[in-house]
Amino acid sequence: MTTEAPVKSPSTARFLSQLDMTAPPLEVRNLHVEFHTTSGEAHAVNGMNFVLSQGETRAILGESGSGKSVTAQAIMGILDSPPAKITHGEILYRGVDLLKLSDEDRRRVRANHIAMIFQDALSALNPVFTVGFQLGELFRKHRGMSRQASKAKAIELLDMVKIPAAKQRVNDFPHQFSGGMRQRVMIAMALALEPEILIADEPTTALDVTVQAQVMGLLSELQREHNMSLILITHDMGVVADVADSISVMYAGRVVEDAPVADIYARPAHPYTKALLESIPRVDLKGQELAVIKGLPPVLTNIPPGCAFHPRCRYAKDNCKVPPEPPHYDVDVNRVAACHYWREVIES
Amino acid sequence: MGRYVIRRVLQFIPTVLGTMFLLHYLTSLGIQLTGNPVRALFGDRTPTPAMMAALSERLNLNDPCLTQTGNPCIGLFGERLVNIAQWDFGISLTGQREVTDIIGAALPYTIRIALIGFVFEAFVGILAGVLAGLRSGGFLDYFVKISTTLIIAVPIFVLGIVIREFVAVKFGNQLRADPNFPEIISRGFLAAGYKPDYPWASLFIPGLVLGATSLAVTARLTRTSMVENVRADYVRTARAKGLMPRRITGVHTLRNSLIPVVTSLGVDLGVLMGGAVVTETIFNVPGIGRVAAQSARTGDASVVIGIVTLAALIFLVANLLVDILYAVLDPRIRYE
Repeated sequence: MTTEAPVKSPSTARFLSQLDMTAPPLEVRNLHVEFHTTSGEAHAVNGMNFVLSQGETRAILGESGSGKSVTAQAIMGILDSPPAKITHGEILYRGVDLLKLSDEDRRRVRANHIAMIFQDALSALNPVFTVGFQLGELFRKHRGMSRQASKAKAIELLDMVKIPAAKQRVNDFPHQFSGGMRQRVMIAMALALEPEILIADEPTTALDVTVQAQVMGLLSELQREHNMSLILITHDMGVVADVADSISVMYAGRVVEDAPVADIYARPAHPYTKALLESIPRVDLKGQELAVIKGLPPVLTNIPPGCAFHPRCRYAKDNCKVPPEPPHYDVDVNRVAACHYWREVIES
Repeated sequence: MGRYVIRRVLQFIPTVLGTMFLLHYLTSLGIQLTGNPVRALFGDRTPTPAMMAALSERLNLNDPCLTQTGNPCIGLFGERLVNIAQWDFGISLTGQREVTDIIGAALPYTIRIALIGFVFEAFVGILAGVLAGLRSGGFLDYFVKISTTLIIAVPIFVLGIVIREFVAVKFGNQLRADPNFPEIISRGFLAAGYKPDYPWASLFIPGLVLGATSLAVTARLTRTSMVENVRADYVRTARAKGLMPRRITGVHTLRNSLIPVVTSLGVDLGVLMGGAVVTETIFNVPGIGRVAAQSARTGDASVVIGIVTLAALIFLVANLLVDILYAVLDPRIRYE
C-alpha cells in the first residue's frame, strides 16, 4: 500500500486554492438522487436545498425513507452507485462544487474536510481490527505518520472522547466496547483529521436513552471546541430541540420546512411538521389516544403529484393535488415552508 | 486466546478417542459377523486348525470377544490405542509387511499431490472469488459462477480421465514426438501418470485434477463472502475515511471475507492429505489412496484400517488447527 505524502500534491493544492473561506461551509442546491430498482426509478432526494453556516448545528429531520441519509451520503460521496445516481444539483463546500471534483480530490475531502458518524457503531467499525488500528490508519494514510506516532495520536483521540484507560483500550477490538463507548470511538474517528463539517447520521438511535444524552453532550462540546459545523440527521424531535440551531424537515426527498429551532416548535408552518410535533407523547395528555399521522409515507417510485404530503394532510385542497409542487414560501427572514396554506397552519 | 486454545485442545482428545473407538467397533463387528479374516487368506485351500490358530495368534485375532456378536471388545481397543501411540499399526494380512512401512512408502506421494492441489485451489480459487465478488453481476462474475458449477457437476473420475486422455496422452504425445521440446514439460508436467524421474512435475496434472472441485467450492465461497462484505457498514466507514479504493478492498473487505474461506481451506487440506482414491488410481500415483483401494480389493483389512485411522487423525488435527486459526483471524471468537 502506498502512503500518502504529507506534502500536498499539485491537485490538492489547486483544490485548496479554490476554496472560498467567506462562502458558507456547505450549501446544497437542488439535489436530486435516484435509485435504479427493479420496480422503476426510486426518487430518494427531489430538490434538496439547505445552507449550513459556520459553527451551526442543522438538524435534518424526517421519517425513514425521507431521504435524509441519502443526502448525507451524497454529500460524503459514498453512495453506492449503481444503484444510486445523482441526477441534478450542486453540493458546494466553501463555494467549490464537490460533484465536479476528480475522484482523487473528492477522496481527500472525506475525513480531512467533511467527516461522518454512522448510526450503528458496532457494524460501522471493522470487527477484525483494533480501534487503535482503525484510528491510526487515518494518520498513516492521510498524514504519512509512522505506526508508532499514529498510535499515540489514537490514544490522544480516545482521551479526547473521554474513554477511560485509553492507553490500554487502544488495543481492544470494537466488540469489547459498550454501545456508548463504541459511538465515542466513531466520533473520535470522525474528528481525527479535524474536519470543518461533521455529519452525524442518527448518532444516538442505537443507544440507551441515558447514554444518548452523554453522547449528544460530548458531540456538541467537541463541536464548540473545534468550531465545526454539524449536520445532525435524526427522526428524534427531542434530540433536535436540545442541540440544533435550525431544522430542515424532509418529506419524500424534499425540504418541506426550514426554520430556526425555536420557531418550529412554537409555531410550525407546514402540516407535516405540525403532525410530527403532535405525535410526540405528552405526559399531560396521559390516558388519551396517541396522535398519529394517518397513512404511510409515499412509495419512492410513485410519489404523489403536487404536494407529496397531500394524501395525509388535513389542510389539503384541490390545488395541492396537482403539479407543480408547492414552492418554498418565505414565512419569515430565515424561514421557509413548502405549503400553499402555511398561513392557516401557523395560525391554527 | 491461550484459554481458547487449551479448551479446544482438550475437546480434541475425546473427539479422537470417539473416532478411534467407532472405527474399532466397526471392524470388530465386521469380524464378529463374517468370521475370522485369516480364513480368506487361504483362498480355495482349507488351512489346518493349527495353521489358523498360529496365524490368528500372530495377527492378534484370537481374542474370544471377536466371536461374540455385538461385544465392543474394550480390551482389544485398549491394546490398539497403546499400539497406535507407539506408532504400531500392526502388519498387513497378505504381504506380512508392517502397515506403517506401507503407509510410510505411500505418504510422500500423497503429500506432494495434496500440496500441489491445495496451492492451486487456494490461490486460483481465492483470486477468482475476489474478482467475481468485486464486480458481482459482471462478466467475470458470470464466468466464475458458470465454470465453477460445471466443475462441481462433473464427477472427478470423468474429469480425471478426460484430462489424462486429452491433455496428458494426446497433447503430451505430440510434444513428446518433438525431440527439441524440453523433456521436463513433455515427459514431466504432461506425463500421463507418475514418473519417478520427475517426482514433482509428473504430479502436476493429478494435483490440479485433485484440487479442481475444492477450487470451485473455494471460489464460490470467496465470491459470496466478498459480495456480502463490499456492502458492509464498515466498508462504508472506510470510504468515509477517505481511504484509497485499493486499501478498502485489500485490507478492510478482504480480511473479513477470507475468514470463512480459510476455515474451509483448512478442512480441505485435511481431506486432501487423507489420500485421493480416484485421482491416484486414474494417474497411477502410488499414494495412500491407491494403496487403500488395492488393499480393500484384496481384503487386507489391517492396511485399510491403518490408513483410515491415519486419515481420521490427520483430518482431526487439521480441524484443530483450523479452529485455532479461526480465532487468530476473528477476534470475536477469541474473547468469547
